[in-house]
Amino acid sequence: MAHAAEPLNPPAVDAPRAQPMVSPLSPVEPLIFEIGREGRSAVAQRPVSTVTVNLPDALRRKVPPALPQVSELQAVRHYTRLSKLNFSIDTHFYPLGSCTMKYNPRACNTLAMLPGFLGRHPLAPDAQSQGFLACMYELQEILKDVTGMAGVSLTPMAGAQGEFAGVAMIRAYHRARNDLARTEILVPDAAHGTNPATATMLGLTVREIPTNAEGDVDLERLAAVLGPQTAGIMLTNPSTLGVFERSIAKIAKLVHDAGGLLYYDGANLNAILGEVRPGDMGFDVIHMNLHKTFSTPHGGGGPGAGAVGVSERLLPFMPIPLVGKTTESYRWLGEQDLPQTIGRLSAFMGNAGVLLRAYVYARLLGREGMQRVAEFATLNANYLQARLRERGFDLAFPTRRATHEFIVTLKRDKQQYELTATDIAKRLLDYGYHAPTVYFPLLVPECLLIEPTETEDKETLDAFVEALCAIRDEAKTDIAKLKGAPYSMPVRRLDDVRAARQLDIRYVAPAGSAR
Amino acid sequence: MSNTPADLKYAKSHEWVKTLPDGTLLIGITDHAQAALGDLVFVETPKVGRVLAAGEACCVVESVKAASDVYAPVAGTVIEANTRLGENPELVNDAPYEAGWLWKLQPANPADVDGLLDAAGYVASLA
Repeated sequence: MAHAAEPLNPPAVDAPRAQPMVSPLSPVEPLIFEIGREGRSAVAQRPVSTVTVNLPDALRRKVPPALPQVSELQAVRHYTRLSKLNFSIDTHFYPLGSCTMKYNPRACNTLAMLPGFLGRHPLAPDAQSQGFLACMYELQEILKDVTGMAGVSLTPMAGAQGEFAGVAMIRAYHRARNDLARTEILVPDAAHGTNPATATMLGLTVREIPTNAEGDVDLERLAAVLGPQTAGIMLTNPSTLGVFERSIAKIAKLVHDAGGLLYYDGANLNAILGEVRPGDMGFDVIHMNLHKTFSTPHGGGGPGAGAVGVSERLLPFMPIPLVGKTTESYRWLGEQDLPQTIGRLSAFMGNAGVLLRAYVYARLLGREGMQRVAEFATLNANYLQARLRERGFDLAFPTRRATHEFIVTLKRDKQQYELTATDIAKRLLDYGYHAPTVYFPLLVPECLLIEPTETEDKETLDAFVEALCAIRDEAKTDIAKLKGAPYSMPVRRLDDVRAARQLDIRYVAPAGSAR
Repeated sequence: MSNTPADLKYAKSHEWVKTLPDGTLLIGITDHAQAALGDLVFVETPKVGRVLAAGEACCVVESVKAASDVYAPVAGTVIEANTRLGENPELVNDAPYEAGWLWKLQPANPADVDGLLDAAGYVASLA
């Protein structure tokens, strides 16, 4: 390969025309209960009978459990075949907005799985856990630095639990001051659904704040509802609309002047990592989805880690345990150290493996790399946004620069050719792409919320643009075909209405079978 | 184009109100609203006896796309809820102005209904 003639900024060249996959449907893998045979078992899975010898008779089961009865090779092949049916970040571009499906470096996995970490018992004494505690302490410090907060607790097990901890701290703060009238949490209409759910779980009342046409919080409406009943406001910045909340300094002042606190939903932290800090914006509490922003494979329902950061005034209320450092060693901090803590959120300290991955990721990036995450994430989103606009797609907020994600609305395409967000999402599978987030945020009709993340290259983004254009061309000539997509997947379009109305996920063994 | 019967009153938040001969009000969501939501999979109607303020969120409609609140168009007391929707949420999609009604309200002040939009006003609010 010659390196000479590459201009610094090559002109946008269309990627090769996108082609859908036309291979016939792959066969669906049977359930593991449907393969195998009575009495067959994998050597590796065979129960050790000696362990249970002392169990009293009354506690012994009379009928063996209905477990799959397969050989080791059958089990290996079954799960390997299933894994090949997966649409995942390791196999496909996965631009799922508000979810930050970035590539997770293998190094994070490798180091988090060092035998010393894997074998450590959660009840091991501090003296035998110094390595692990040192990593956790340093992760707390790194996250404090990245977010501009005064303290960090790593213990929440997931984003939703981080939110719960955050709002619980806001509530505890007001109660500790005997400011009992503050029972209202303000939430913009563009918020993640978890925000009002969290506030409701904590017994607070939710009040919605409208967003203006440019995607910012409506300041007049906000000012009008602030008062002695305001406990706080929950904001995502950048918001779910894919734009940076420009009035954040004014919002912080308004809310603080009214006696409320500011909660930062860290779902979109990827966009600002190392560039601007929630603490500097005036936030009092933040949760971070470490599994998203700090790299753990996710998207299948866990495990996660929802670390929380707090400002000075919320320090006494942080969830325990934390890791503290004395001159010589590290130790767990508990209730005796933080008597006003909101308490424990789990039996131990959250998901150790996810926290370790986050620590390794942060150390691999360093301060400079952290900033490049945000820069490349926003560059990729803005590039993709510009290319799609150029090719005639409508942006939901055409006057705004994208953050790490942006919204395309198909309102016009739906009117013209009945092309919906669902159709695009399903047809994209045939082109080898996972769909972006569809129908969220709810404010934008027929929307695609697209988040390319920093780990995708220009060629992938260009090819994705071509796929979207090819699908729109198909819609113009043969919309019926799109309504039936996908065609190349193990299953065709699912009946999501029936699945929701008549959910039935039990396996019932056929009559006459041994189970 | 969605159907907006001329003999009903409407709220901007997509509820319709029908005044029954006995002065009680039948309330549901509009054809436009059900079409925008898509196929409903779950409806949670307000409890009978609940006292509602105008604009209060009191009912949840959930589709495959989203869960949305339905608001009380006027103040009053819930006197009946459409129990058929528990098993058949699709009635709201199939017949939003008839079998898909949500709840019946004894208005606190019957004159409040006059303050709601007429069909033309509601259609104009959708533009």
